[in-house]
Amino acid sequence: MKSEFTQPIGKISNINGQCIPLIGNDIDTDRIIPARFLKCVNFDSLGESVFEDDRKTLKGKHPFDLEENKNASILIVNSNFGCGSSREHAPQALMRWGIKAIIGESFADIFYSNCIAIGIPCFTLPKNSIEEIQNYCDNKFLFLEIDLKNSFAKAKDLSLNLEIKESSRKMFLSGEWDATSTLLENENLIENKFNELPYIEFNTLLIVNQNLGP
Amino acid sequence: MSQDTLFDKVWDLHKVSSLPGGSDQIFIGLHLIHEVTSPQAFGALKDKKLKVKFPDRTVATVDHIVPTDNQSRPFKDNLAEQMIETLEKNCLEHKIRFFNIGSGNQGIVHVVAPELGLTQPGMTIACGDSHTSTHGAFGSIAFGIGTSQVRDVLATQTLAMNKLKVRQIWCDNTLSKGVYAKDLVLHIINKLGVKAGVGFAYEFAGPAIHELSMEERMTICNMSIEGGARCGYINPDEKTFSYIKNKLYAPKNEHWDRALRWWESLKSDENSIYDDVIKLDASKVEPTVTWGITPGQSISINQQIPLLDELSPNDKLVAEEAYEYMSFKPGQLIKDTPVDVCFIGSCTNGRISDLRVAAKVLKGKKVSKNVKAFAVPGSEKVATKAKQEGLDQIFKDSGFQWREPGCSMCLAMNSDKLIGNQVSASSSNRNFKGRQGSPSGRTLLMSPAMVAAAAINGKVSDVREFIN
Repeated sequence: MKSEFTQPIGKISNINGQCIPLIGNDIDTDRIIPARFLKCVNFDSLGESVFEDDRKTLKGKHPFDLEENKNASILIVNSNFGCGSSREHAPQALMRWGIKAIIGESFADIFYSNCIAIGIPCFTLPKNSIEEIQNYCDNKFLFLEIDLKNSFAKAKDLSLNLEIKESSRKMFLSGEWDATSTLLENENLIENKFNELPYIEFNTLLIVNQNLGP
Repeated sequence: MSQDTLFDKVWDLHKVSSLPGGSDQIFIGLHLIHEVTSPQAFGALKDKKLKVKFPDRTVATVDHIVPTDNQSRPFKDNLAEQMIETLEKNCLEHKIRFFNIGSGNQGIVHVVAPELGLTQPGMTIACGDSHTSTHGAFGSIAFGIGTSQVRDVLATQTLAMNKLKVRQIWCDNTLSKGVYAKDLVLHIINKLGVKAGVGFAYEFAGPAIHELSMEERMTICNMSIEGGARCGYINPDEKTFSYIKNKLYAPKNEHWDRALRWWESLKSDENSIYDDVIKLDASKVEPTVTWGITPGQSISINQQIPLLDELSPNDKLVAEEAYEYMSFKPGQLIKDTPVDVCFIGSCTNGRISDLRVAAKVLKGKKVSKNVKAFAVPGSEKVATKAKQEGLDQIFKDSGFQWREPGCSMCLAMNSDKLIGNQVSASSSNRNFKGRQGSPSGRTLLMSPAMVAAAAINGKVSDVREFIN
């Protein structure tokens, strides 16, 4: 583990950092953080266990163990990254290891929304561009400056037009990715919706029986 | 863009507002929580000094970490004990209904909510678990969320989401004998791929789906997420309504009549528009087994593990990884592969009908002496019913261990784990590397009937040879 972890807050518009390539399609969240590490009531210590089993198998040769990657913060992945379980522990583990943004061919839906919800922008690029970056990283360090406002990333001898869902991009720029307060602003509308839903009254047992437990 | 599908109707009904960024704020009608993905969400509420907005709309149970051999408290595993205690404390503090062990209603969250009648058509349902798609079997819009979103639902009963596209998967004809819902959904995932569903809700429809029982429909919707679709659903019909009727939390009396009229109106219209439609012939599906490390890597029982050349360029990378991890040779038959462990259970196939079908195969037979086999009912209710029907005895007589309800070796958060590179025939939903608790453990997904057949023969077998 590297420098002290700080959780992102507020507006996110620029991310600068070294890329760390991780090759493979369909890398699932069980691999990102095996289930045994989910036995916790906070996320604090997940960073050191990220990719634990893959790293053990590769005996020090996993990208997350290589000395040259130890300060990297932009993860480069292939297709369907983060498929499987909805565990937020997966992006939390990546974030606590040091990842601040991910660029990939494609992402699984729940993983993607978990990343948004904790302040990790996920960008997509076509397969050949991803492979180009991954090959580049084989030989030398790649430092990228990501500009969310223009969905653009540049390095010394490289520039990339990144793709990101417009709604996600706006949420990062405005700070609304941390959604709770935005959602709460519509408190009246929420109450109205609750009162207008046809099924709330169907279930009197659920409503009346405030005194809980089995 | 889809129009007039059930998904459109339910989404529009629950839309609270359009958010500045362009996504929708969606009201969540039923929120299910469990011990693994909720503690940090309650912690965040505390940090933000927020309350649970509608405690009535959240229901809790405990499933992932519970031991299935000895459930007496405190649990032997301190961390597991700490997690259940945290959930107990959070539910008490926030007045959330909690179905604890011994309540008679505890079990895997996706087994419990339907069997209590909590899951109903037309609802939006969210839970910090990717298999929440299960509840779509009732014509609800149900999807998995992460812990920060659990926090948002607790605090606001809403979520910020982008509307999904809708793909109809039309299944013609009917399944043949010895072929089950699990085989059909594995087949669908294989044909479409594990990421085809990203950005989509799947509507499963057609004669083959109509024929399925509610529990079989749950198996189908449960695995939508394995095809990349966060949400999968089936239009409600008579089977749906009669399954719900008289359940503990089902609408009663005049509410029932009103509910029924409303539920009827939710079905996708005859001329509704889909973003995509796929058709397949269910009668062609055979007993299906996964051979690789994604649920899309499956073949029929009599097929050979595909050669690299037979696969599309996109599938080759993962196939090579799978051959190596599974120690399978391309071209090898899957049938007769020796198995070490047989597991029947999970939110995919841990319901009473799953146990019945497996018991039918096992009755009067013995589990191979090389196999460790165990059955884990999906809930306390399933366990009770199974005992009433004498199924537990059939399992035990055959050499299966009969366990207490929980998620168990589907994801191995308790002590039920593979050891080393054991091969498991499993009725669960994921064959990812390391999924069943050993970093080198190997999982073959199949129907519960096929797991029972594998247990008897000690190797992957065609269950059709047992049921004629």
